[in-house]
Amino acid sequence: MANPYVIHPATIVEKIQEAEDIITYRLQLVDEQARQCFRFAAGQFNMVYVFGVGEVAISIVSDPDEPEFLNHTIRTVGRITKAIAALQPGDVLGIRGPFGQGWPLDEACGRNVVIVTGGLGCAPVVGAIEYIFKRREQYGSIKILHGVKTPHDLLYRERFDQWRRAPDTEVLLASGQPDKTWSYHIGVVTELFEEVAIDPMKSIALMCGPEIMMRLGVPILMRRGIPETAIYLSLERHMECGIGLCGHCQMGPYFLCKDGPVMRYDRVAQWLGQTGV
Amino acid sequence: MSNPELRQRPRLAVIKFASCDGCQLSILNLEDDLLALGQALDIAYFPEASSAMNAGPYDIALVEGSITTAEDAHRILNVRQQAKVLITIGACATAGGIQALRNWGDIEAFKQAVYPRPDYIQSLSTSTPISEHVHVDFELWGCPIEKGQLLRVITDLVAGVQLHLPADSVCLECKRRGNVCVVVAKGMPCLGPVTRTGCGAICPAMGRDCYGCFGPSEGARKGPGLPPNTASLARHFHEGLHLIPVEVLRRFRGINGAVDPFRNESTVWENKG
Amino acid sequence: MTSGMRGALPTASLQRLLDALSAKGYRMVGPIVRDGSVVWETVQSVSDLPIGWRDQQEPGRYRLEQTGSPEIFGVVHGPQSLKPFVFAPREPLLQIERSKDGFATRPTLPQSEKVAVIGARACDLAGLATQDQIFLNGAYRDPYYAARREGLFLVAVNCTRALNTCFCASMETGPRAKHGFDLALTELDDQLLIEAGSEAGRDLLSNLCLSRGSEQLSAEAATRVDACAQSQVRRLDHSDLPQALYDAHEHPRWDEVASRCLACTNCTMVCPTCFCHTVEETPDLSHQHTTHARLWDSCFTQEHGYIHGKNIRPTIKDRYRMWLTHKLASWIDQFGASGCVGCGRCITWCPVGIDLTEELPALLTPSEQQSTTSRRPEAAGG
Repeated sequence: MANPYVIHPATIVEKIQEAEDIITYRLQLVDEQARQCFRFAAGQFNMVYVFGVGEVAISIVSDPDEPEFLNHTIRTVGRITKAIAALQPGDVLGIRGPFGQGWPLDEACGRNVVIVTGGLGCAPVVGAIEYIFKRREQYGSIKILHGVKTPHDLLYRERFDQWRRAPDTEVLLASGQPDKTWSYHIGVVTELFEEVAIDPMKSIALMCGPEIMMRLGVPILMRRGIPETAIYLSLERHMECGIGLCGHCQMGPYFLCKDGPVMRYDRVAQWLGQTGV
Repeated sequence: MSNPELRQRPRLAVIKFASCDGCQLSILNLEDDLLALGQALDIAYFPEASSAMNAGPYDIALVEGSITTAEDAHRILNVRQQAKVLITIGACATAGGIQALRNWGDIEAFKQAVYPRPDYIQSLSTSTPISEHVHVDFELWGCPIEKGQLLRVITDLVAGVQLHLPADSVCLECKRRGNVCVVVAKGMPCLGPVTRTGCGAICPAMGRDCYGCFGPSEGARKGPGLPPNTASLARHFHEGLHLIPVEVLRRFRGINGAVDPFRNESTVWENKG
Repeated sequence: MTSGMRGALPTASLQRLLDALSAKGYRMVGPIVRDGSVVWETVQSVSDLPIGWRDQQEPGRYRLEQTGSPEIFGVVHGPQSLKPFVFAPREPLLQIERSKDGFATRPTLPQSEKVAVIGARACDLAGLATQDQIFLNGAYRDPYYAARREGLFLVAVNCTRALNTCFCASMETGPRAKHGFDLALTELDDQLLIEAGSEAGRDLLSNLCLSRGSEQLSAEAATRVDACAQSQVRRLDHSDLPQALYDAHEHPRWDEVASRCLACTNCTMVCPTCFCHTVEETPDLSHQHTTHARLWDSCFTQEHGYIHGKNIRPTIKDRYRMWLTHKLASWIDQFGASGCVGCGRCITWCPVGIDLTEELPALLTPSEQQSTTSRRPEAAGG
């Protein structure tokens, strides 16, 4: 059995500046064989490694059907992500993965998809949106509700515009601290629920963002009639090993690195928002 | 990888204030690694090691010792101006050191008692850490510092990696080493549970109780960390191990006695004594 | 039942067993007296073992005393369980060198070594079985743990004396070693009753020319082990777990225990089942070579609960609650059994003597102050 700790070198092919402190890195595994064997599902993550510094868990945002290249959108916030940001195209990072449970995109087939995201946490769901749009005919209506604090925090602006133009698709944006250029809703993302028609029994909801957004958003979705078993959340905890052994990513009885990061709401309802869990 | 903020071969200065030179000796004790250090860095100013004393500016200043005179209080301002990165090395520079015990005493009385001509002595009434005078980029704890930690900090600095050292309790490392706990098995008033890791748990490994030379664990400074639960440990020293209040006070008022969590605990026991 | 083969050996002849193990190529490790307790170290002869010593343990206190008796296994245990043998306190995982492809990684799997551990207790075996489940039988098999585990030969000792801190009987893990051993000994004055628990154990026994253990000797052993169970003064009633502890999340007792807890990590370090670890990266000064190693970590550290820029368990209360709730409750959901084996080490080796067998009942006693608000958002339904 393969050693799950071995790190594979991956070249930075391209760096795309998404915002001041957010960069998408397009990576390609150096080893030909590793590259060909690499398969992942939308919503899974890799442990991204910087030589001499360490590893950090980052979700894969590129298309699972093009595993040749792996996109990771990373916010420069900690010691390791700062070291990643200092690297340039041509430099080499390390990859271990993919790990975890992704979005239920098969289960979502034939259903309306309501995607609720908040702030900078939208990256993990972007891969899923792209996946759905490439197979648009397999899904019902798409509603994307996205909230940001300031317009400055709106990543993937052109993608939102592109998605908005797609058939049977609604994209609603909200900002709590808008500037003069903001032409969308002023307030928080959960207020956008009032503006969309939801056929509850035909819909599946995917949520990603701050836990407070999910805690406030889920009851609204449930009041609109979406069953708790059709609501999926991408959750975050400190992850070090990615394989359920190091103990850091626990949330109640779950190891989010292997049982998550995408969890069905009813399984985590008891734990969400509990202090210290 | 390299640090874009610094020269390719960063210029290093090692500068001393009120201290015993033990931390500087820790640099010299790097032995084999000292050679690599000399290659990676341009050691521009290090009077303890070399008579060549080149003027600043420096990329990295390692500052040993605390501020105990008006002259030093002025000199540290100049060091800060000359250094891109200022790192304190050891308990004196980081916490005021053992000489900060004067902060609880009467400096005039000390002078009268010790010196035949006390009027020759010009000294502040306090010993204070460097961070009370200038901005400090990173602090190395310990009396003396641990050479592996120093090397790690220099390595990360040269590579342009954000500096970080663990702030866990000594116990974690003590147990990893397979030591037998001296509090539990011998009833010794070990400060390990509230002291910052880094030394390698060397005292308990020798059957001695930790005396806190790496300062308080985790929340030693204001910030996100949790100040160690000195109250519970002190209570155990008194009620479980039968130390009298002044003995409890002395455990905390030692090499790092001027750092808030230890100072506050020693004050509690002063008031009980 | 072939593995249940048993025999008797005069206590004074235990060296024959050690010699047989040695002849099979095992390095022998046993408890030796050091620094006021016992630790696992290489032993060659029976005289290295703590003959005549006994341990007295109570919350936050451990003392050895010499009784002058010829008893070999009078010390029940020291701070170390079997954990350090398999889940090493510091395990280098990879050596990584810069190369033309960026870097090359070389896994540093430990050499599997034949080690015979003399004197493991039933609680230690239960702890090892728990760690086996985590490191070997989950979705990912840990090759480092596996390499260390492979060479272990376990000589268990059934307990005939309970410590003040023992509660294995209530956790149903001891004091008799039920499985997971190669040989199990019961020390009965001048006789050792020996039972094989594996093929390797049976193989070894068959070469020892033991006398057949009499029925009387077996009965005596059973009586003493049962008496040991009966004499345990601590117990942990886990019948309402996990849910009862989940429901106690807002109990004021957490604040009270947090005022005593040092968050020093000792309970997690000595626990035979705690498995949290962190990774440490140690580059050389030239940044050409780096060591990627794992270290024992603890849910009591600051960084354990860290997620970008924020700590989800900033207080001692959060951390103690995390530990106890995981150990006694969520562990059951994760692995189908309690994370506690009843060895009592966390009680003894807590510098301030916090005792989970006192904390749990206090936490499960309803408090008037306890928040009764529902944690689960209400669905309005249709």
